[in-house]
Amino acid sequence: MQIETTINNKKVTLEAANDEFLADTLRNYGLLSIRQGCDTSCCGLCTVWIDGKPTLSCSTLAFRAQGRSITTIEGVQQEAKKFAEVLVAEGAEQCGFCSPGFIMTVLAMKNELNHPTEEEIVHYLTGNLCRCTGYMGQLRAVKKYLEVK
Amino acid sequence: MKQVGKGIAKIDGMDIATGRPVYTEDMIPPNTLVIKILRSPHAFAKIKSIDTAEAENLDGVECVLTYKDVPNIRFTLAGQSYPEPSPYDRLILDEIVRYKGDEVAVIAATDEKTAALAIDLINVEYEVYEPVIDFEEADSHQSTVHPENDLHCNFDIGMKKENNIACTHKVQVGDIEEELKKCDVVVEETYYTQAQAQAMMETYRAYSYFDHTGRLVVVSSTQIPFHIKRQLARSLEIPSSKIRVIKPRIGGGFGGKQTGAVEIFAALVTQKTGKPAKIVYSRKETFTCTNSRHAMRLKVRLGADKEGNIKAYDIQGLSDTGAYGEHAPTVFSVAGEKTLPLYNKTNAVRFMGNVVYTNKMPAGALRGYGATQGTFALESAVNKLAKKLNMDPAEIRLKNIINEGETCLTYNGKLLGSSTLRQCIEKGKELINWNEKYPQKELSNNKVRAVGMAVTMQGSGIAGIDTASAGVRLNDDGNFTLLIGSTDMGTGSDTILAQMAAEVLETSIDNITVNAADTDVSPYDPGSYASSTTYVTGMAVVKAAEDLKKKIIKCGAHLLEVSPQEVEFDGKNISATNNTITLKKLAELMVLGIGKQQLVGNATHGSDVSPPPFVAGFAEVEVDKETGKVDLIDYVAVVDCGTVINPKLARIQVEGGIVQGIGLALYEDVKYGKKGGLQTNSFMTYKIPCRKDIGNIRVHFEESYEPTGPFGAKSIGEVVINTPAPAIAHAVYNAVGVTIKSLPITPEKVFMGINK
Repeated sequence: MQIETTINNKKVTLEAANDEFLADTLRNYGLLSIRQGCDTSCCGLCTVWIDGKPTLSCSTLAFRAQGRSITTIEGVQQEAKKFAEVLVAEGAEQCGFCSPGFIMTVLAMKNELNHPTEEEIVHYLTGNLCRCTGYMGQLRAVKKYLEVK
Repeated sequence: MKQVGKGIAKIDGMDIATGRPVYTEDMIPPNTLVIKILRSPHAFAKIKSIDTAEAENLDGVECVLTYKDVPNIRFTLAGQSYPEPSPYDRLILDEIVRYKGDEVAVIAATDEKTAALAIDLINVEYEVYEPVIDFEEADSHQSTVHPENDLHCNFDIGMKKENNIACTHKVQVGDIEEELKKCDVVVEETYYTQAQAQAMMETYRAYSYFDHTGRLVVVSSTQIPFHIKRQLARSLEIPSSKIRVIKPRIGGGFGGKQTGAVEIFAALVTQKTGKPAKIVYSRKETFTCTNSRHAMRLKVRLGADKEGNIKAYDIQGLSDTGAYGEHAPTVFSVAGEKTLPLYNKTNAVRFMGNVVYTNKMPAGALRGYGATQGTFALESAVNKLAKKLNMDPAEIRLKNIINEGETCLTYNGKLLGSSTLRQCIEKGKELINWNEKYPQKELSNNKVRAVGMAVTMQGSGIAGIDTASAGVRLNDDGNFTLLIGSTDMGTGSDTILAQMAAEVLETSIDNITVNAADTDVSPYDPGSYASSTTYVTGMAVVKAAEDLKKKIIKCGAHLLEVSPQEVEFDGKNISATNNTITLKKLAELMVLGIGKQQLVGNATHGSDVSPPPFVAGFAEVEVDKETGKVDLIDYVAVVDCGTVINPKLARIQVEGGIVQGIGLALYEDVKYGKKGGLQTNSFMTYKIPCRKDIGNIRVHFEESYEPTGPFGAKSIGEVVINTPAPAIAHAVYNAVGVTIKSLPITPEKVFMGINK
């Protein structure tokens, strides 16, 4: 089927099978930052924004993108780099495989929450798993980025 | 030092974090065949007949391969230096399938859907055998997991395959029974550790193709490119010179990718079809059809006098290697190797037992590699001894631990190099506020807070076996290329090795390009495992950089027409009293001009010792007496890894290892059905810690100086996973008096213990 959608502020027509998930469609489209880590919608690696809201693209059918606006980390490189610099300064990207999805959630949180507490930060980011860093460095980076005391 | 000891960001950090396509799957060319695998539905069976005709006739199917299509050569997938201690007990595809998920047929098709459809069109008849599921019954079981006669061991590992014993191991010094008899107190307990999953975020994947000279190229998310090359050469009967293995950026390994889970299938399809082929495992396949930690039963007897001087200890183990023996002998021996030296005021120690085959997913390497299992058992027993003697568990350790410059019964007179374990314990006590919090404090809401502790050691590389080479080249523009074969899996090893080279060459890492882990280009390295990269490869890098520096000075002196003793090199200029030449000019002259000799420093390094890093771990937990739920409040890890090469990256290594250890301790339950199916096969059923599950983690380094390591460094990657399980179990005991003998520490076990 054909899907009329907007990807990273560009109107596009995507070709996808009826039962195809958005994560695969986006990868096929060339957005290779989309990673998948679980098959069960619980690792957060494939997080993109649909109309600005963080969404698991691995369990969103591609046709749901019809008429919507999709944002991947490729589309927010400037802001992603700002946070990545803080993250990398902490060494908290480690293998980096979960980082794009994690960063998309962090940037969404920044847009959504005003002055979040540490508890709110942890809660917001819970769905993004990481097996390398032990999360502490990521938390330090997020707090520095948001200037949380 | 200008580079070493600095918290420099990872050289690949920005690119991997912002989503650049640099991992295996991102590089697969279009029109690559997709591989899927038909797997055994039975834990143990023989293929009576297999009909692939219908599948092969499906439009888009390129090939369907069965045991009839592969060489009859047994090999091991364990990534170890040749000759591997792991038994050669595998065929690429076998007539006998030995666990639920074992490979039956390899299907390659033009797309994923077609490959999946083809799987359903293969008709297999099985003769089903009685499987060996319970590893404690394996040696007396009527079934033999490996009845074949062509199974081969490179040396005697004590295999008794008719008893399902893959290997046996025994280390004993002194008369253990006699010494235990003489002790005032002896504690005895049997502990169980589970088959933890590595659960790296990037599942197993590889692709392969023939290059422009007809050589087989395999690109893989692996920790062991050189070992993969050797495995492929043997199992596919291809000359080693015709194979190239490349590791791009990889999304975590944790030892899992020290076993060649998928490369062989991609290579097989490319060999058979001549076409590029890819294989990407699902999370379920990663959980059920690759490898895990070896589950173990460890019975400890620990004897001491009334004052708490440990006089003798004995650990009798049984390890479950599953259907194949990858890493079976080595993981098991490490459980003893990294526990017997820890308390050295002993008259007798022993570690012995068997590793058995069962009809379950094979075990393999996982961070800690046996030391994790051994530490849980020994440290739990030491905590039990402290309780029995009514002594402070920290004091009993300070009384008994091995110190720098001392030996132990199993060291054959060799002395322990660097150690600040004593300071680690003291510092950890202070940070967790041990003296005030030990053992516990009742809270008003039916909850108890308590603390617990454990100490541990690992190694740094494999003494006498691990050998790494490195090269540093001075390029025409005055910059350097560092050539290494180690495999950064996210740890930052490429960065810290560049820091070491930069330190020697008095430059910054911006002037060093790291090229790693490509068997066509890289000097030999066994790969990144056994806590070897910082220590072994690091020393090779230091030596290679020193070699290059000498050559720079020599050539500079020659060009300045003075003797090498008369010049100084400061990283930018080679200067004599009256004259100077820039490094850039020297490089240009040597490569492009009159010098006619591009300067390259080379070195190969191996170590006769494997100096242990140490950790003292302290846990504070809150236990709900009503539900048995354990919340980890605070974890303090004080680490001796010698000199810290990069404090930022080392700290993250510690935090990550501690959290993986917390997973082992509290959450990561492994459950098999009666017929041998792994039930915990997704992140829904196998829980790894999320960021709400870990409490606070605090890391402190007590640096020592290891004279045999680069700039005094030892390893860090593995040792950090060992203390959480025994320390948290200890804290739970101090909270509610429940002894946890089998991991993980679930609320059910605690609740049942409270209400016994």
